[in-house]
Amino acid sequence: MLHIEYVHYEALRAHGEETYPHECCGVLLGRSLAGVNHVREIVRAGNTRTDSAHNRYNIAPQELIKIQRQARTAGLDIVGFYHSHPDHPAQWSTTDFAEAHWIGCSYVITSTDHGRAITTNSFLLAGTTEEDKRFEDESIEIEIAQPQASEIQPGVTEITIHGDPA
Amino acid sequence: MKIHIPTPLRAYTGGQETITLAAQNVGGALVALTTEFPALRQHLLTPEGKTRSFVNLYLNDDDVRYLPEKDDSPVSDSDELTIIPSIAGGCCL
Repeated sequence: MLHIEYVHYEALRAHGEETYPHECCGVLLGRSLAGVNHVREIVRAGNTRTDSAHNRYNIAPQELIKIQRQARTAGLDIVGFYHSHPDHPAQWSTTDFAEAHWIGCSYVITSTDHGRAITTNSFLLAGTTEEDKRFEDESIEIEIAQPQASEIQPGVTEITIHGDPA
Repeated sequence: MKIHIPTPLRAYTGGQETITLAAQNVGGALVALTTEFPALRQHLLTPEGKTRSFVNLYLNDDDVRYLPEKDDSPVSDSDELTIIPSIAGGCCL
């Protein structure tokens, strides 16, 4: 399962709208606990595939290293990545699978239809090696923080999305 | 020197994010690392002993592939080697 605050969930979807008709990409920082990838922060990354940005993305290793350092300083880990599929479903592609190497991490995909974010799905890269890796549908639990006003009981509302195949 | 291990490979280093070891060059550091943590080897190297194509090695801020001496590049105790698998993909053909 992927657990993410609403503000981060909306931010990664908005990123896909901003870069349309190109793919956006970014990194999810947080902690992995008891099989749940908890997102604490998202970091936008540049898509270096300027030759084919409408259907490809790549994060420069140098940028990834900087993000990993940032995570380390904050006491966080890289727990996943996100990107968008302009005018295509929010489903992993053969290219996504071939290029996925971060086993145990969440791969979040948002479909953007004519510049509007439609569906967001998450897939866990499961397995132990390159030979037995596989994508598994992963539910997304969205945490919505409530106002902390004295007359309102503090707490959170959680929405769980189970693999929308759209 | 310090070697930084990416999230997916920490399962093979007992959960350690940073490994400190002594080595004379990059190749030696990898040998020392995979000797101490043998299960890492198949994730970093091909059966022929080459670094897997999707595994990036950075000595401080430099891609080891583009260093003049590549794996033979000398290292000191203050150097940091970062192992970072690539991240890429795309929606369709």
